[in-house]
Amino acid sequence: MPIISPSQVKPDYDVIVVGSGAAGGQTAYTLTMEGAKVLMLEAGRDYDPVKETPMFQTNRQAPLLGVATPDKPFGFHDSTVDGGWEVPGEPYTQSSDDPAKQFEWYRARMLGGRTNHWGRISLRNGPYDFKAKTRDGLGFDWPFTYEEIAPYYDKVEMLIGVSGENDGLENTPNSPDGVLQPAPALRAGERFAQKHMKTMGIPAIAIHRAVLTKRQDPEVLPKKLHPGNAKAQRVLAQAMSERAACFWATNCGRGCSIRANYQSTTVHLPPALATGNLDIVTNAMVREVTLNAKGRAEGIVYIDKATGTEHRAKARIVVLAASACESVRVMLNSKSARFPDGLANSSGLLGRYIMDTVGASLSGQIPALEGLPPMNEDGAGGPHAYVPWWLYQQQLRGDLGFARGYHIEYGGGRGMPGMGSGAGLERYTRGSYGRKLKEDARRYYGSFMYFAGRGEMIANEHSRCELDPVVKDKFGIPVLRFTWHWSDHELKQAIHMEQTFSEIVRAMDGVVLGRNASRKRATEASPIEKGGRIIHEVGGAIMGTDARKSVTNQWGQTWDVPNLYLTDGAPFVGNADKNPTLTIMALAWRAGDHMLTEMKKGSL
Amino acid sequence: MSSSDLPRLDRRMAIKWMLAATATAALTERQLLGAPSAATPATKGYGTDPLLNKEYAPGDFWPLTMTEHQRKTSAALCALIIPAEGSVPSAADLKVHDFIDEWISSPYPDQQGDRATVLAGLAWIDLEAGKRFGKDFAQLDHLQMCAIADDICHAPDAKPELAAGAKFFAKFRDLTASGFFTTPEGMKDLGYVGNVPLAEFKGPPREVLEKLGLV
Repeated sequence: MPIISPSQVKPDYDVIVVGSGAAGGQTAYTLTMEGAKVLMLEAGRDYDPVKETPMFQTNRQAPLLGVATPDKPFGFHDSTVDGGWEVPGEPYTQSSDDPAKQFEWYRARMLGGRTNHWGRISLRNGPYDFKAKTRDGLGFDWPFTYEEIAPYYDKVEMLIGVSGENDGLENTPNSPDGVLQPAPALRAGERFAQKHMKTMGIPAIAIHRAVLTKRQDPEVLPKKLHPGNAKAQRVLAQAMSERAACFWATNCGRGCSIRANYQSTTVHLPPALATGNLDIVTNAMVREVTLNAKGRAEGIVYIDKATGTEHRAKARIVVLAASACESVRVMLNSKSARFPDGLANSSGLLGRYIMDTVGASLSGQIPALEGLPPMNEDGAGGPHAYVPWWLYQQQLRGDLGFARGYHIEYGGGRGMPGMGSGAGLERYTRGSYGRKLKEDARRYYGSFMYFAGRGEMIANEHSRCELDPVVKDKFGIPVLRFTWHWSDHELKQAIHMEQTFSEIVRAMDGVVLGRNASRKRATEASPIEKGGRIIHEVGGAIMGTDARKSVTNQWGQTWDVPNLYLTDGAPFVGNADKNPTLTIMALAWRAGDHMLTEMKKGSL
Repeated sequence: MSSSDLPRLDRRMAIKWMLAATATAALTERQLLGAPSAATPATKGYGTDPLLNKEYAPGDFWPLTMTEHQRKTSAALCALIIPAEGSVPSAADLKVHDFIDEWISSPYPDQQGDRATVLAGLAWIDLEAGKRFGKDFAQLDHLQMCAIADDICHAPDAKPELAAGAKFFAKFRDLTASGFFTTPEGMKDLGYVGNVPLAEFKGPPREVLEKLGLV
């Protein structure tokens, strides 16, 4: 039985993994496929996308046409369970009342975590991104090069299935032949915008997303991913053969019952469980990591949410993969005589250098897209095109006034009608009603496009979290208090985004409509969204080459406690505009390999 | 709070309050609960872990709160805003007013804001119908309804004394359109042909590419 109760937990494991999302899922997969015995602890409930995903449900079949509410911030059908920027009974606090200095923390309490809901956009960091400080003097370099990480990007892309093309653009790496799945055809608006952006020197290409556009080859991929490991090959071939290709309907944010897109619960956990090497306890809220007399991690103390009782589990290695801030919180709460300021915090840097992604967006109405004939534009349940950052050389020359770039996610078209369909047309129709309103609604349907920038934030020492001295959650565990700071680089980058999107809309002879709603904005000075709104938080336990200046080494292994690893975004030293999930998985696989090597050597 | 806790208000006075409050967008429950009043909305929503793989209808999660009279007025407005056309039913035929009732009866803050606008507006439009034609709005004939709607259908053109009515009509029209175009009949009418499994995704047809100059 894969999901076990606390009373069924075995006395000892090779590895305890805290968290079941992209980081925990990948870590557990890598370890169990190579024979390690793993206990996974998940704070949320068990979740089965095959049974629970609302495939084909229309908005009318949801309350309030499925719009976002405080209970479901991405709408009713979004897969997130017990989550959002606020989780009942699990508060966090801010050190300032100024929205520009606040961070909003999105969590999910479910098996698979936020991978069930995420946008599936899977972009590789490029060579510049890993050596950013060398290039422009800001932030940090990573303790490795792109070339060292590339094989792990290859493996993750083959395992989870990423569609896209190799365009050979600057700092936008190609994948080797045979790794990517075919990219879906672009939709009408995506192609139309692509054509007009081209005249502006802005390259729109096939986006890379973790969606199967054809079935994975169970004969070929398992042999590539697990050479010399017959059992792993057999288990993975079975798991891959159980995944279907996308059938071009149902938004990916709902999750996917046919397992066509990546979520930890459909891709990482099934084969890991099939090895027989993985036990999972859900509703297990981890409080702290315990140490033995030698200063090594001994195990975990967690609270069984069903009963409120405290439990302990032991292993040779403890991996925190609970999401960057939650992992940092566990370490800050793991105080001992040896580590009075939090576990593995001899550098004093635990909780420092938290980063999110710079976000700003704008929409437009495009007359050329009015009155098109009916056509099915559902596609792969997300965008098919995007624009990688294209102004590297201008930026290096200092032409832009800010460092680091952004990519553009854009789209529109004839999506499933929802709240707002046929609404808000007064400015075009002079207030039609009756049959004329229906005509107008048909005319304008599909003529709206959005452009969203997703940009790099440079690590700064003012963006951080610490334990609130007073506030505790409903389990009695001290909560995080956040402090946030956007530098001029980020503020100016968001202004550049908005200006660029306006120019694109005008190039299409369109009309610029909305800017970021003010309630999402951090400050009047820039259209930048509040810290945490893009849900790409990383950092807080940065990696490096010097134990005095970083919390972990390049493997995510803490300097102070060698059998304690972090495999989520916490060790990130930069947050390139590439969206962090694919890189989290690549580094988690690499960290898992390191643990296996160290265990074999007997050093752990 | 229930309506029995409140003093019964003169209907005309209540409407006056509603109008003033609508203009300043600060209508309170107490003001709304004057004579002929809707029920108090629920305070709990569907929670953070509702069953998703299921089809819901208005009333499943929280009770609908419109009075019978408010429902009749809403249905008349739905039919005016999206009438039947050929084989396509009207918004009223498709019970879009049930969705609007669900919307304004919801416990969430955005919808609570719309509740004030909608309930005050429903009362106002009866008052306006009475002033012009001596009847409630739902009893007017089509031309009489249009006479009122034409004066409030485009807020920038509305006379100052009709500004609150225009704000209400814009909101009600948005709710009606959204409710209608999300029904199976409405999606078809709009030209949405997705939400079906396909063996392959081919992209836009040639006709579209030609129209957009993409060939």
